[in-house]
Amino acid sequence: MRFAFLFFLLLTALPATAAIEPGERLADPALEMRARTLFKEVRCLVCQSESIDTSNADLARDLRILVRERLKAGDTDQEALDYLVARYGDYVLLRPPLKLETVLLWFGPFLALFLGAGAVLYFARRERDNPDRAAAPLSAEERARLAQLVERELRS
Amino acid sequence: MIPELGHFALILALAVAAVQGSLPTIGAARRSDALMAVAGPAAVAQFLLVGIAFLSLMHAYVVSDFTVANVVENSHSAKPMLYKITGVWGNHEGSMVLWILMLAGFGAVVALFGHSLPATLKARALAVQAWIAAGFLAFTVFTSNPFLRVFPPPADGNDLNPLLQDPGLAFHPPMLYAGYVGFSMAFSFAIAGLIEGRVDAAWARWVRPWALAAWIFLTAGVALGSWWAYYELGWGGWWFWDPVENVSFMPWLLGTALLHSAIVVEKRDTLKVWTVLLAILTFSFSLIGTFVVRSGVLTSVHAFATDPERGIFILALLFVAIGGSLVLFAIRAPLLRPGGFFAPVSREGGLALNNLLLVTATVTVFLGTMYPLFLEAVGGGKVSVGPPFYNATFVPLMTPLVAIIAVGPFLQWKRADLAGVAERMKVVAIATLVVGLAVAYVTEGGPVLAVLAMGLAAWLIVGALVEWAGRIKLFRAPLRDSLARAADLPRAAHGMTLAHAGLGVAIAGMIASTAWKVEEIRVMRPGETVDVGGYTYRFDGVRSVEGPNYSADRGTFSVTTNGRTVAVLEPERRLYLVQRRETTEAAIHTTGFADLYAVVGQSDDKGGWTVRLYHQPGIPWIWAGAALMVIGGAFSLSDRRLWVGAPIQRLKPTPAIT
Repeated sequence: MRFAFLFFLLLTALPATAAIEPGERLADPALEMRARTLFKEVRCLVCQSESIDTSNADLARDLRILVRERLKAGDTDQEALDYLVARYGDYVLLRPPLKLETVLLWFGPFLALFLGAGAVLYFARRERDNPDRAAAPLSAEERARLAQLVERELRS
Repeated sequence: MIPELGHFALILALAVAAVQGSLPTIGAARRSDALMAVAGPAAVAQFLLVGIAFLSLMHAYVVSDFTVANVVENSHSAKPMLYKITGVWGNHEGSMVLWILMLAGFGAVVALFGHSLPATLKARALAVQAWIAAGFLAFTVFTSNPFLRVFPPPADGNDLNPLLQDPGLAFHPPMLYAGYVGFSMAFSFAIAGLIEGRVDAAWARWVRPWALAAWIFLTAGVALGSWWAYYELGWGGWWFWDPVENVSFMPWLLGTALLHSAIVVEKRDTLKVWTVLLAILTFSFSLIGTFVVRSGVLTSVHAFATDPERGIFILALLFVAIGGSLVLFAIRAPLLRPGGFFAPVSREGGLALNNLLLVTATVTVFLGTMYPLFLEAVGGGKVSVGPPFYNATFVPLMTPLVAIIAVGPFLQWKRADLAGVAERMKVVAIATLVVGLAVAYVTEGGPVLAVLAMGLAAWLIVGALVEWAGRIKLFRAPLRDSLARAADLPRAAHGMTLAHAGLGVAIAGMIASTAWKVEEIRVMRPGETVDVGGYTYRFDGVRSVEGPNYSADRGTFSVTTNGRTVAVLEPERRLYLVQRRETTEAAIHTTGFADLYAVVGQSDDKGGWTVRLYHQPGIPWIWAGAALMVIGGAFSLSDRRLWVGAPIQRLKPTPAIT
């Protein structure tokens, strides 16, 4: 379905200048490395689910420069992200914060695993204890033969 | 005239589908051979009619008939012929016709070659197939007609989005659709089985080839889409956890589960109810994959309202198809007789665990994809779910699955001897350790997690190979005996080995490319050199070139290592003239271990150009792994025994009862 995605690209014009530009980088490599790690957590707000690390949009570039400025000003990673959230809301984070509204999102997968495992165990037990399985009913022939044997036993 | 012919054929196909959906169903209920016999010819007729419609549309594209609105919007007279043809499905209306063509084609195959199917099952399965076709045909005819004319016709068309003018993307939709539609066959058999109230090993024999064929296509389609993103988007990523990727990934995950549970039904006549449910769910997700992207609901809940007619139709169709089949399942599933019992540690147990984990993975992707929409719809605010979420949930959930894939094939049916399996897997464990240490050594420590993950991939690959070697007694019997044994193995066994090993290869590639990618972004002037990942790139400048419908700046890089020339890379930045749209064409040279990846950007007007150079270890393995999985699937599918219907009578004749 990737091609359907392109119809959305049609709507949001795509300049061919790709992602990080050489000019915007910070001189301090350690700080730039931190910035790059943070970029992967930040959504380009005008793109369809793309991080600002890879997006070509002008807005993504502005956000990258903003994050770099915050880091240069001495923000911790969390402070820089908080700053973005204060301005743009939770929507800007690609890792949704754990809140009441997102509990189901974060714990859903593990809940599904436990429920699924529970269902598997339940059905496995039910099958094991299923009396139909433990003893298939005897056919008429078998019953007759059994009766014959029992009778002989009793007589002797 | 020809477009009208196509339009008429499409409407006629809808009528035929209505007949094919109704009469055989009544016939199967009343045991009327005459009514049931309608299904076969109707399916073939429906296929021919949709074929006429599809070819009519293709004709309009090939001759650039700009009186047809769809051609005007998506084609241009200067477009290369290949993209005129593939442009047929590069848009909403045309892709719907392609979808229906495949659906009808699969139905026709069942009609023509399904001789050994029980008459009622065949009639019902074809009827269900026709219901699906009727839904899609109605949707196309009433809301997405590709044959609408325009008057006065424009002098030329608007051209196809240049990103779609690419071989990878040209064949990506047909592959995906063949996958989605293939699962429709498994779905139709599941529904038919529910109506019959009978699902057994023979049923699984019929479903498995379809599930397998669909899985092969879907694997190829997803890989093709990923490959396209990798070389076209210009920064070397290959998976983005984008909603449109996710909706094609979910049917793949469920389809993989279906493939494995169908084996259990076939071999052991158990897990039947579950397999039927899985068949329904897999196709439901295929429908969601087709429609949800089309409706635009993924970008925003509000986009849904921009085309309410299509949106409502889609919702209604999904509701009837998914809701209806689940209700039928709830009513009829209790009638299915449970099958044989198995111990927790057994081949069946392993496959059940495989299904549990795959379904959990699907739930995870589903939550990640749909949660933002759901939250927005109930007024809970806007959130984004991106790669960091999946890395924190999907990846840890999948890790145990990868670990058990290697173990599963060693387990015996019914009750496995764990100590014996552990004994046989000792070699695998040792090999894994060696690979892990070797990776750690080569990467000089490397990230610990990446090294461990590479060990896991090795565990899977070596496990698959050792299991195969064990079956043919490689190195434990004379080579000639081993070869004879290999020739005697069912093809499905070889296929499984290939597919499992392929997954391991692909995973190794994914890890390597994530952990050890090297990136260099800088402004370069002609004559300058830069070292990336042990290779020296000399920038030789940029020149202008003209394509058929674009003009481009083409950069040249001479790549050398240790004084030896490796490759000349020529990335392009194209400007498509009709749509005034730019694309980047990365230049890629693969060494087998890594890709050398170059992109040329904009000029700084001072003689320098922005260039992006990436050293991408492991990327070739991702594609090789996907190819192995597809080949493994195809090899398994090529086993004629799969197609005969009933199990082949090669068993020893049952001794007469004395």
